[in-house]
Amino acid sequence: MLYTGHNIRYKTVLDIDEFTIEQGHITVLLGPSGGGKTTFLTLLNKLISPTEGEITFRDKPINDYDSVALRKEVVLLQQTPYIFKHTVLDNFKKIAEYHDLSLDEDKIKQLLNDVGLDKNLEDNVVNFSGGEKQRLALARLLYCHADVILLDEPSSSLDETTEAFVIKKVVDYVKDNQKSLIMITHSSAIAKQYADKIIKIKQGRITEVIDNE
Amino acid sequence: MNNGIFEIGYIELGLAYIFIIIILFIMKRRQISREKELLIATVRMTAQLIIVGYILAFILENPHPLISLGIILLMVTFAIYTVFSKFEKQLSKPLKKVIAVALFLGTLPVLMFFTWVVIGIEPYYNPQYLIPLTGMIIGNSMTGISLGIKTLIEGFTSKKDEVVEALILGATAKEASNNIINSAFDSAIMPTINSMLGMGIIFLPGMMTGQILSGVDPTLSVLYQIAIMLGILGGVSLTTYIALIFGYKTYFNHHVQLIDFTHLN
Repeated sequence: MLYTGHNIRYKTVLDIDEFTIEQGHITVLLGPSGGGKTTFLTLLNKLISPTEGEITFRDKPINDYDSVALRKEVVLLQQTPYIFKHTVLDNFKKIAEYHDLSLDEDKIKQLLNDVGLDKNLEDNVVNFSGGEKQRLALARLLYCHADVILLDEPSSSLDETTEAFVIKKVVDYVKDNQKSLIMITHSSAIAKQYADKIIKIKQGRITEVIDNE
Repeated sequence: MNNGIFEIGYIELGLAYIFIIIILFIMKRRQISREKELLIATVRMTAQLIIVGYILAFILENPHPLISLGIILLMVTFAIYTVFSKFEKQLSKPLKKVIAVALFLGTLPVLMFFTWVVIGIEPYYNPQYLIPLTGMIIGNSMTGISLGIKTLIEGFTSKKDEVVEALILGATAKEASNNIINSAFDSAIMPTINSMLGMGIIFLPGMMTGQILSGVDPTLSVLYQIAIMLGILGGVSLTTYIALIFGYKTYFNHHVQLIDFTHLN
């Protein structure tokens, strides 16, 4: 099992009795805004810790993991990601620094192509649109080669065509590389098309779990 | 004249206060209501300096290692409280501890090296050298650490998104804070570097001016000034560096999660 949790509370935002997330699956979190989905995702990345209850990651309490090591395995794409200064390449340099990776420009160009971002490595990110920033952040995330990928509405700034294109690319990447994907989306269609499991979250509680295999 | 210095009599000193009257006149005319502050500052400056003059005269006539040590510790303690009061409620308890330790560890070794090795004062507690030099090194380090900590606090507020993004992507606390630490260090040492650039051309530094007024050969007073500037730069850099490399850690808990200090601002 990738994640399990019992009696998880986070302040007044989340109140979850139980959940499980399987290794190598695509899990989709569905539900209205403000329902606690983002908070749930941040708990899995250990950017925050539950105020009550215990989450396990690969059958070991998440608190027993070195946080930095865990976050190298479990990377998160925020809904509005922060893009580092100055150029496209600088963003990958940061990732290479954090993950102790070498800088492979061919691989970076391939990833930019995969997410449909037509930009040069030396382009300054300052004038990028929301959608371009999101795609750059996604490419940056995939460069980490992390085992678990958490995506918070990865296509919120994209039009429908680009959205379908980007999500398919990510799903293909996850399947080809046997990664686990946990993704928040507002789109039931995307959830039904790709998810192995759909977890519906509303007002801080899990209201329904659907096996979609 | 006494030892090549023109003595100032009480009446002559009184004449110098004419500048205060001129400023008061200008303030009245321009309706700038700062008279109270000006008068308080004048009275405080006069009283504080007269008192310290008598204290210094006593200490110089009765040199003792414990008195020198006591004065140095008093100066560092006063510097620490000055920094605390400057930030009022913006400092967390751990950050206050870091500032206190940094001011001790950053200034005292520099002071010891400077007075004992570079100048080679004798006896080692000679208050005539130790006290003014301590004042200069600690005073400048205090200004430096204040600027550095100010930039650090502002950095963790204005660059919070950047820090969070870095953490999310697997950065260590240090990697996530690197930009903030570097700009804080930069803002702390730049004033000292700038004053070094203008020294001797735009202005003559205070210690050198004082020595020249006391009849010291300018070529010797220049050597002292160069040495003290290097000592000040050392004190400012070391104090700020210690404060920052431990200070950024106070923004993270043991799970390497950002602690929210916004309630302190």
